[in-house]
Amino acid sequence: MEPLSNKRKVIEQKPLNFLERAYLPAIIQGLAITMKHFFRKPVTISYPEEKREFSENFRGMHSLKRDEDGRERCTACGLCALSCPAEAITMIAAERQLGEENLYREEKYAAVYEINMLRCIFCGLCEEACPKEAIYLDGDIVPADYLRKDFIYGKDKLVEAPLNQ
Amino acid sequence: MNTFYFIAFLSIFFSILVITAKNPVHSILYLILTFFTFTIHYILLNAQFLAIVNFIVYMGAILVLFLYTLMLINLNKESEPAKSNLVKIAGVIGGCCFLVTIIASIKALGASPAVVLKDPSLGLVKNLGKVLFNEYLLPFEISSVLLLSAMVGAVLLATKEPKTT
Amino acid sequence: MELTDIIVKFILVFIIFAISLVIAMYSTYAERKIAAFFQDRIGPNRAGPWGIFQPLADGGKMFLKEEIIPTNASGFLFIAGPSLAIMTACIGSAVIPWGQKLTIGSHVIDLQVADINVGVLYIFGVVSLGVYGVMIGGWASNNKYSLLGAIRAASQNISYEISMGLSIIALLMVTGTLSLRQIAEQQHGWHWNILYQPVGFLLFIVCAFAETNRTPFDLPECETELVGGYHTEYSSMKLGFYLFSEYINMFISSAVMATLYWGGYNYPGMDWVLAHTGPAIGPLIGTAVLFAKIFLFIFFFMWVRWTIPRFRYDQLMDLGWKILIPLAIANIVITGIVITLIK
Repeated sequence: MEPLSNKRKVIEQKPLNFLERAYLPAIIQGLAITMKHFFRKPVTISYPEEKREFSENFRGMHSLKRDEDGRERCTACGLCALSCPAEAITMIAAERQLGEENLYREEKYAAVYEINMLRCIFCGLCEEACPKEAIYLDGDIVPADYLRKDFIYGKDKLVEAPLNQ
Repeated sequence: MNTFYFIAFLSIFFSILVITAKNPVHSILYLILTFFTFTIHYILLNAQFLAIVNFIVYMGAILVLFLYTLMLINLNKESEPAKSNLVKIAGVIGGCCFLVTIIASIKALGASPAVVLKDPSLGLVKNLGKVLFNEYLLPFEISSVLLLSAMVGAVLLATKEPKTT
Repeated sequence: MELTDIIVKFILVFIIFAISLVIAMYSTYAERKIAAFFQDRIGPNRAGPWGIFQPLADGGKMFLKEEIIPTNASGFLFIAGPSLAIMTACIGSAVIPWGQKLTIGSHVIDLQVADINVGVLYIFGVVSLGVYGVMIGGWASNNKYSLLGAIRAASQNISYEISMGLSIIALLMVTGTLSLRQIAEQQHGWHWNILYQPVGFLLFIVCAFAETNRTPFDLPECETELVGGYHTEYSSMKLGFYLFSEYINMFISSAVMATLYWGGYNYPGMDWVLAHTGPAIGPLIGTAVLFAKIFLFIFFFMWVRWTIPRFRYDQLMDLGWKILIPLAIANIVITGIVITLIK
């Protein structure tokens, strides 16, 4: 075949000279290299104790945000569920009763909000779809668990902690 | 003396098992045990060098090669050639003739006096080496030449004939 | 032999067995830890401080795993394989002199189980028996990979035994005795045999790698080609026995190398130390020195394992038959000439 670029190099195999055929110098060289690594600092990050810093646009576990008064932002419009390509989000909306104004910002709120973390692909489309800036994927890595049902996260795990506590 | 009888019994017992075992690999393993009892016999005779050489050469090398070849041969029952009755009868007659010959020859020789070792420490490495390399130097060297010729013969058999085209 | 002597020997055997098993156990830990350090990692560090209980956890796991004997395997031989492997690995320690004679009060204790005058040959015989465990286990599994592993092990061991024997012969020409105790005594102080037999030692250590099935000669169990080699079908403690026997073999061959070539329990300035510590403590320092040498060798085994890739099978045979054996014979001839000239 004609060379497409001029990067082709012709490799010629020279017969090994005596030192190369004797193996030993090469082996000693190799041993020296590994010995150098022996005294090097390990690059391991022992995970649960030490954590690597996440990048700025890392998408982890979801959190449902509160506004500056500590009220839940979500209004259960369902846009996030609609935009979700993995169909991981479900919710049940409810009307805000009197006396709950300090809990929910809008008149309609999500009584049940569930994300199946096994389905979620952490694409961040829910984040983009949300008109109320209520959902962000700014959390940690989703922890492992034993049962499938334990991966369906409800509001207890998703909603941010109240402000004044 | 009791040890001798016990070990002698074991030798005969295992050698009978060698010829009666149905599975050739089992038969080889019994042969290994037989050679092991021979090693013990040599130790009882204070022939340490012979014992250890028997151990290394027979148990450690030759029988490994036996086992090695047996593992590579397909020894299924189907591939075994069926033996006709004629062959069996011929085998029985041959065996009986052999037995008669042996008994007759032993009778003809008469009971030989028990061998008394002049030097009980002859079997030790140092003494054995001195005897071999002083008194019996010529037979020793000739036997080594014999082994060499056997080796050369094997190499000759194994090399391919050059193509005559 | 008096009753006390028998009891002392019995205790000695017991201690040596215990030590070899513990060292084998912790070799697995050391191997993983050293591998980690060579690869810029940390290694096992969860079980106990720095992971020092890892071997116990591994052992517990081995015991609790399911015992599987394949349906078409030959039942008795399938069990006999690993038993033979670990037995032949353990009995090699009988002739190694672990230290000088210990004097406690009026008792003189010989730190060697059996001082037979064909010690070197005994070690050699035990090594040649070691292959049976692998062969029988591989054959009895009734598995193609196991059989291939067994065949590789057999041909490899037999090929390298020859050059090992030839390299020892050159050493024996220097020492003039087959007793390991006398060989160790001759190397008093710093007169180590490595100074007289450097080529012989090189040959011996290469053959030791091959005989213990360690990388770069671990073809009988190479995972990339043979799944698990001869122990493909093994599980539970029977697999554990095979792995254990490899580490015990490594320990014993390190001890043999230290005794034959690196002075055994001798070290420079030992007379001064012996004179100052007395006959009850002094020999124990020599034993400690021997163990330090053994640990260095075990470390070397592991160092090489994590440096050099595995040989191809034809390369292995080429190395054994075309390089090591001629080299060993040349070494014998040169040693002979030099000895005659000096005399």
